[in-house]
Amino acid sequence: MEDKVIIKFDNVSFAYKADEGETVATGVVDGFSLNVPEGQFLAILGHNGCGKSTVAKLMNGILVPDSGTVTVDGMDTSDDEKVIDVRKTVGMVFQNPDNQIVATIVEDDVAFGPENLGVAPEEIRKRVDDALKAVGMYEFRGREPHRLSGGQKQRVAIAGVIAMNTKCVVMDEPTAMLDPQGRQEVMDTIRMLNKERGITVILITHYMDEAVKADRVVVMDKGEIVLDNEPRKVFKNVEKLKNLGLDVPQATELAYRLKQAGFPIADDILDEKECAAAILKVLEVK
Amino acid sequence: MIKDITIGQYFNGNSLLHRLDARMKIILTVIFIVSIFLCQNFWSLGLMLLFTLVTVTISRVPLKMVFKSIKPIAIIVVFTSLLNIFYIKGGTPVVDWKFIHITSNGLFTALFMALRIICLVVVSSMLTYTTTPTMLTDAIEKLLSPLKVFKVPVSTLAMMMTLALRFIPTLVDEIDRITNAQKARGANLDDGNFMQRIKALVPIIVPLFVSSIRRAIELADAMDCRCYTGGPGRTRMKQMKFCLRDFATLFVMVLFVAGIVVLNMYFGAVLVK
Repeated sequence: MEDKVIIKFDNVSFAYKADEGETVATGVVDGFSLNVPEGQFLAILGHNGCGKSTVAKLMNGILVPDSGTVTVDGMDTSDDEKVIDVRKTVGMVFQNPDNQIVATIVEDDVAFGPENLGVAPEEIRKRVDDALKAVGMYEFRGREPHRLSGGQKQRVAIAGVIAMNTKCVVMDEPTAMLDPQGRQEVMDTIRMLNKERGITVILITHYMDEAVKADRVVVMDKGEIVLDNEPRKVFKNVEKLKNLGLDVPQATELAYRLKQAGFPIADDILDEKECAAAILKVLEVK
Repeated sequence: MIKDITIGQYFNGNSLLHRLDARMKIILTVIFIVSIFLCQNFWSLGLMLLFTLVTVTISRVPLKMVFKSIKPIAIIVVFTSLLNIFYIKGGTPVVDWKFIHITSNGLFTALFMALRIICLVVVSSMLTYTTTPTMLTDAIEKLLSPLKVFKVPVSTLAMMMTLALRFIPTLVDEIDRITNAQKARGANLDDGNFMQRIKALVPIIVPLFVSSIRRAIELADAMDCRCYTGGPGRTRMKQMKFCLRDFATLFVMVLFVAGIVVLNMYFGAVLVK
């Protein structure tokens, strides 16, 4: 069965303009093509300035390509008349939770999206309660956002997207400013969105252990796709990733080094459990 | 410590005043402020004082907080009273010594002025003590919405107010962070004369502006993503509905104003022409 493509990049190029038409070197996207099937959990990896945030902003028409097309659910993002429909389909969560919360009370913030869409008040109430329960922030609904932790704020931001009933959520390094516990909370929420609600998730990150949990990993460098595969196959390319200035997950790294040292260990290891099992296997053989 | 700031001066509670519709509270406050200046004799003045006391009692806001709201205006009250005592002429002379002439009219005007200002501040602070800033903003938006006919962008203005309220704690946090960063680099913020201290603020204000503008750009993107257009077609989750108690309080207020008018007519003005 052919999966339905929800976001499609077709030979997209984009460069930020500085004064007098000069272009800025960072964040350039060049000849970028990508299909995101509905329901996929896609992680986009890359070091700073490789264009991954640009790709995120191209996904719902915050930026429009210089050439090529971005199609969301059949709609061209450069079509001004469709821009609201595009954003109704693709929601976005940014890095800094402080800069995306608009209201002084948690539930009012979650209601902001549906209110903008002109949803009926009773329906908004229902959606807000549902979204807050989904991210586990229901008991904080009457609180002021500035009294919440970073992870909690980011979950409120995610609830704001859920309440808009988008089919797809793009997250631009949502955990970059969080402590380990906050990161865990947000990652659990993201996975819940994808697995339980069938929402397409595009996670832009530079944490390898987050990318490991995706269905598919795309590695970017200088505005182009370098690797595109399921995590297990992507992280096999330890050398290549290192050359791009990226790390691999710790467990993968350990297995890689053991292999370098001459142990007959598998090279497609992603997490600690698999790593432990593989090492045990090697030891038992000996 | 700074994380704990409260915006406005809302006092959390569940009194009748807290539960009143914010729009009604604003209307009632305006009516009261007007009626304050109708009082012409001690009877209506007394009624006004009684009304103020009852309002404070119903709100269950601690007296300490009420006094806190009077404190900043104490100087104004004293100053205007003194001016009135010495400059208002008419009525029977009370003190007539060399250049000091104090008349009954002067004394009465001073007393009336002082009590009026105090009641005005106390009652209007009751509004802010019992209404959250968010509710106030929403109420102001609703009350001003007829102005939309004249193309006044009421909902945009209300959105700006909400965002300003929302970002106060964030920016306070930011100032704290920048101050610490500059101190760590050896900035001296606490010593020196007035001019030196003002100059020392520049390295705090400039980064604050830069980061605020950056925040604003990100916020604009985030609002775009959530389909904010600033145009019509927006709905609100929380609908404001007047209920019985709102109309009942309005009725009490009308009685109060009528009482003041009647007392004025019955007992006449205390000031002599």
